[in-house]
Amino acid sequence: MIITVASGKGGTGKTTVATNLALVVKDKISVEFLDCDVEEPNAHLFLNPELNVIEPVTLPVPSVNEELCDGCGYCKEVCEFSAITVMAGNVLVFEELCHGCGGCVKFCPKGALTDKPKQIGVVESGRCSEGFSFVHGKLNIGSPLAPPVIKAVKKKAKNDGVVIIDAPPGTSCPVIASLSRSDYCLLVTEPTPFGLNDLKLAVGMVREMGIPFGVIINRSGLGDDKVEKYCDSEGIPILLKIPFDRRYAECYARGGCVVEEFPELYKKFNDLWKEIERRVEK
Amino acid sequence: MKELLIISGKGGTGKTSITAAFAALADNKVIADCDVDAADMHLLLQPDVKETHQFYASKVAEIHEDKCVRCGKCIEACRFDAIEDFKINHIYCEGCGVCYRICPQNAITMEDSLSGHWFVSETKHGPMVHAKLGIAEENSGKLVTEVRKAAQKIAQEQNKSLIIIDGPPGIGCPVISSITGVDMVLIVTEPTVAGKHDLERIIKLANHFDVKTAVCINKYDLDERKTLEIENYCKSIGVDVISKIPFDRKVIDALIKGLSIVEYEETSQTASEIKNLWQKVQNML
Repeated sequence: MIITVASGKGGTGKTTVATNLALVVKDKISVEFLDCDVEEPNAHLFLNPELNVIEPVTLPVPSVNEELCDGCGYCKEVCEFSAITVMAGNVLVFEELCHGCGGCVKFCPKGALTDKPKQIGVVESGRCSEGFSFVHGKLNIGSPLAPPVIKAVKKKAKNDGVVIIDAPPGTSCPVIASLSRSDYCLLVTEPTPFGLNDLKLAVGMVREMGIPFGVIINRSGLGDDKVEKYCDSEGIPILLKIPFDRRYAECYARGGCVVEEFPELYKKFNDLWKEIERRVEK
Repeated sequence: MKELLIISGKGGTGKTSITAAFAALADNKVIADCDVDAADMHLLLQPDVKETHQFYASKVAEIHEDKCVRCGKCIEACRFDAIEDFKINHIYCEGCGVCYRICPQNAITMEDSLSGHWFVSETKHGPMVHAKLGIAEENSGKLVTEVRKAAQKIAQEQNKSLIIIDGPPGIGCPVISSITGVDMVLIVTEPTVAGKHDLERIIKLANHFDVKTAVCINKYDLDERKTLEIENYCKSIGVDVISKIPFDRKVIDALIKGLSIVEYEETSQTASEIKNLWQKVQNML
């Protein structure tokens, strides 16, 4: 079973929900934790895994054999990402713009281009002291393309128990790459106008992808009740409300896990898990 | 004309609330919301939309069943796993055109795909350019570039001396498009382990692009020890922490009223700290 924790808005508590859910579920069934927020991965700060396997993530970018290239410029024509230009018969590749589709290599009439692996990030994996497996990816600084790193993280999962994925914020390609093939999605929001606006965008996204989902309201008690009213009117289940409490915020700030410090939250996350199981099996 | 970018690495640290306060405080500026996949600035500035532009950044492949003989060459060639059972999954298709070129039956065409919209608006604090990326769309970086170009054009035409840009979270493609060529980056962080971790990565990105950088610690009193750690870290790498803003529930009350804190409670400690911050940013610019 793959459960992904997402949100339109950043900073609503995705990592809090994903890590604490993992800590509760691991008592019942084998857990694999995947942090797919490869631009700003944070889950390791709370779960403290020992990351002993480090693997590079590469993207195949074109490399030019100048002896074979006659400067015809067909590669430039084929490239939909403006990653190739031809000046005075010389092919110039802008590697940051390349998506690694392989079109230029495949269609060069002279066979002058070959794929060359370019490192864009790493995948690090290992185990948490609580006994479950942990994987995260790190996009290299200055590299724009997160989805290939996300896909590499997801490939590491055996999916023989429960996979919990911590997704990046937003609704665009990195989020889609994280969410794809999930069995259930938890959308974390906060009861503010920003939270509501971005929740609506995220709901549009998961509906488009056809993934069943429920909402978690974090910092409930701050703000207003418009998120709840919206969920009611759309028939979206609210699976958990985490009250705003300065003690929880302080626990998070120093890298603590709320289910380990506050029994009332252990119980809430336990109920959340039962509810997810019920909904996925239905 | 100068461009100021407000970013954070980590989401939810208070970028938009602070940017909206700057929008209220600054004279003679254009506002650009470059968080195109979860734009929120319009909630505080209630824009009156004057122009709506369609944004076509890419194409998607389409397989025409009547010509397709199911040879499988397209599936083999697609590096994005976007073809299943001879149907294109639009969500995964990146529009590279490899399947279109490789198909021996010419059964695949490339169709324009509407990736989103961008808007030019008038607000109580002056002109604003903002956008909405389509649901589950790509090309957020290109849309950011489009928003910035439009803001620059308005600034030139109306003789505005400053563009204030609300940036997206993360360090990837839309952030890179936001940071390229700006005059200064203000990083808004928070005193949490995650805030500090993400701050380190976003500072490295700003250094990579060689942009003048300053840091503001929002909600600093939530964990004063972490705040001190962040200050020490910034000192060690020569980046100035120019402001510490306290946690204040009134920022949320203001947001619910559709106002920035400097408009909602002008005399509060938070408002005066943000005014102070704005002074310092102006001096640095």
